[in-house]
Amino acid sequence: MIDTPTLAAIRFGYGLPQPYPAAGAESLLAALAAPDNMAAQHPTVGFAELLPLLARAADARKMIRADPTQRDTYEAVAKEAVLLADSTTRTGFARAIDAPDGFRERLTAFWADHFITKARNAPERPLPNTLTHDAVRPHLTGRFEDMLIAATLHPAMLSYLDQVASVGPNSPFGQKRGRGLNENLGREVIELHSLGVGGHYAQSDVRQMALLLTGLDANARDGFVFHQNRAEPGAETVLGTSYPGEGLAPIKAALRDLARHPDTAHHIARKLATHFVADNPDPALVTTMTTAYAASEGDLMAVYAAMLQHPAAWVPQLQKARQPVDFLLAALRALGLSGDDLRKMRRGPFNRMIMQPMALMGQDWQKPSGPDGWAEEAEHWITPQGLGARIAWAMEVPGRLVVPMPEPPDFLRTALGTAADEPLIWAAARAESIREGVGLVLASPSFNRR
Amino acid sequence: MDRRRFLQGLTVAGCSAAAHPLLSTVTMAQGAGLGENRLIVVILRGGMDGLDVVQPVGDPDFVALRPDLAHSTFSLENRFALHPALGGLQGLWTAGQLGFVHATSTPYRDKRSHFDGQSLLEAGTGMDVAIGSQRDGWLNRMLQAVPGLSAETAYAVGREALPLLEGQGPARNWTPEVNLVLSAQSHLLLDHIYHDDALFREAGEEAMTLSAELSGQPRRDTVQAAPEKGPFNPGENRPWKDIDTLVDFAAGRLAGATRIAAFSLSGWDTHRGQEGAIKTPLSRLQRIILRLQAQVGAQVWGRTTLVAMTEFGRTARQNGSSGTDHGTGGVMVLAGGALRGGKVYGQWPGLSEAALYDRRDLMPTSDVRAWAAWAMRGLYGLDRQVLETAVFPGLDMGDDPALIL
Repeated sequence: MIDTPTLAAIRFGYGLPQPYPAAGAESLLAALAAPDNMAAQHPTVGFAELLPLLARAADARKMIRADPTQRDTYEAVAKEAVLLADSTTRTGFARAIDAPDGFRERLTAFWADHFITKARNAPERPLPNTLTHDAVRPHLTGRFEDMLIAATLHPAMLSYLDQVASVGPNSPFGQKRGRGLNENLGREVIELHSLGVGGHYAQSDVRQMALLLTGLDANARDGFVFHQNRAEPGAETVLGTSYPGEGLAPIKAALRDLARHPDTAHHIARKLATHFVADNPDPALVTTMTTAYAASEGDLMAVYAAMLQHPAAWVPQLQKARQPVDFLLAALRALGLSGDDLRKMRRGPFNRMIMQPMALMGQDWQKPSGPDGWAEEAEHWITPQGLGARIAWAMEVPGRLVVPMPEPPDFLRTALGTAADEPLIWAAARAESIREGVGLVLASPSFNRR
Repeated sequence: MDRRRFLQGLTVAGCSAAAHPLLSTVTMAQGAGLGENRLIVVILRGGMDGLDVVQPVGDPDFVALRPDLAHSTFSLENRFALHPALGGLQGLWTAGQLGFVHATSTPYRDKRSHFDGQSLLEAGTGMDVAIGSQRDGWLNRMLQAVPGLSAETAYAVGREALPLLEGQGPARNWTPEVNLVLSAQSHLLLDHIYHDDALFREAGEEAMTLSAELSGQPRRDTVQAAPEKGPFNPGENRPWKDIDTLVDFAAGRLAGATRIAAFSLSGWDTHRGQEGAIKTPLSRLQRIILRLQAQVGAQVWGRTTLVAMTEFGRTARQNGSSGTDHGTGGVMVLAGGALRGGKVYGQWPGLSEAALYDRRDLMPTSDVRAWAAWAMRGLYGLDRQVLETAVFPGLDMGDDPALIL
């Protein structure tokens, strides 16, 4: 029977080994309230540090326009950007592997997915990770409205959801250039980021929100900018509230109201419960979390506490499937790799052994098919092709990562502890080789569920 | 037929043979009730702009709605012209093996969410059923209506899960890129540890059976290294490595016992700079059609119908950034030797402000499910009553458009 510390490590972290033996709801919350040691141990960069590189890429593109043979400078900058994206991604992975409190890293991944963005070209490749650094991590234990504002105004989001191309049709700039509205960000802020598609809003709210967001822009010289001359004149009315005024104030006010909307409380509560606990979470759990959200005006610590202190969060059955990235990170952690090992790995082997298999498992890193992020349902991941790719990885790759390989019965204890079930204990002892024994443990339902 | 029981049967056979059984796919499928016709369903994710793909250049309001988008001169019939990026399909059009349905859509309305729209498209339900509550897809329900099918009959191809083919009917999911080589002992031990978890048991058995079947089978035609970067000419039959791999795999199965295949193609969410942005997904769609035709061979192509459908069309007017936003009515793409093509099906509603849905989108004049239903009826002779109740609950198929030869 699975014990509480093991359950905590598997359901709310990246699995075993877990150095804090007493982990339960209170210790998870305490660790989350403590200083962010992993950020210090594995530092990363934000948009400000990326901006000079984006500027150089823009210059290099200009050179190509003037003389199409001059591609070398651009290629060099693009390569630099790809390497930066790779290294910031590995930083995130290293934190997940090393973290004593995996909950903070799992929450970071959850919110990074909630506000997922995708690069449009090679120089933009580091952008999604900078949004995580600038907008998600600082607000992880704060108020949702602050995270919503930071993420919505982040250049990665403004670029990905086309806000940089949206102009108030009646603004001076729009009139002069014949430019107009692009609804993309306005729609997704409501549908995906706040109220949820089941929320009470209409097409007219989407359009009003899009008009309200005009003026927001980002470019490769200045980063974030607000152009008053591109903002639609007059007040917009979103969900019955009018937002008059100039500059960022009405935009922030509308985002705060969206964040405090009852539909948002329910949407966020249900999404967290679905991600951490079960694909169809206990309605009582969702209600408790929704109430905590509403009562605290979106204080995320209060919402996490409501989840962790609810008995439904601790049912011993592992109902979810680990996503491919979680599966791989949990496997690396169980195999005893350190974050530094992962960061030092050469790019070729890293891509062949981690990133390409992750794509075959169904998760092409930072290339989701849409702004709704990765699927939650176990059925989405544990398909013949997805599970086939996990089995293939489990059988082939660990032997290339760790020498010598652990004995299967020992590895079973390290990787799963009390979460190992009888059939797996029986099977792990009967594998024909160490390689296959370790592979069986990693390919097992116990290891792939959480 | 119960898919789980079917697959369990396979495993028993595998254990008694003490090695991976090479399933005789042809034998299994000859008992199939689908005959010789092939159906390929492509889900176009992101909302394909039907008004750009099949342009109503003869409609008096069209040009004014979209001044910045390129207007095609590739004339189809009457008022319509085909986007130049599909120019490589000209031969198929002339041969009557390419067709379109215009101004069609699923029953999804108003919120214009990709994710709900796709969910409804694959579930095949109407707005009366809560979105996301339907656990199986319409293509799978069609399989359930045909007696005597084996899992070899239908394939969902690719890395992504495809709800369209999920359900109790026998269907398989695979991507040709997974290379799973297991010892007999590992196979048995995995069977053991998966036994009590239905999700892992079914997926694992299918993965191991398929790997065993496919191992050692020669590729029909080696995929050539494709230049996926750099500019390409409109209509050029450009290779796309990922697509070629998937299509070649599907073609190999379709030339054998498989009768139904499904996969998805994304990249249609063209909110800005659509003139450039839509070229790539169109080139990829064209490649799917042309590569499939080449790889299955003339005889099988003559019995094949491909149906490509999307969750919604896009706004009739271009938006403020030379793109289009989420809309309603759109286009369905049809191809294949079994198709009565060379025709743009559907009733044209016009593009005047009053004719638009919500004064912004192309008005749907038909239900996309009705066309799919008529295609299935034409290919497989399924009862209209089964199609209107079991496969697409609540659908009225309307008059027979005679889509299939």
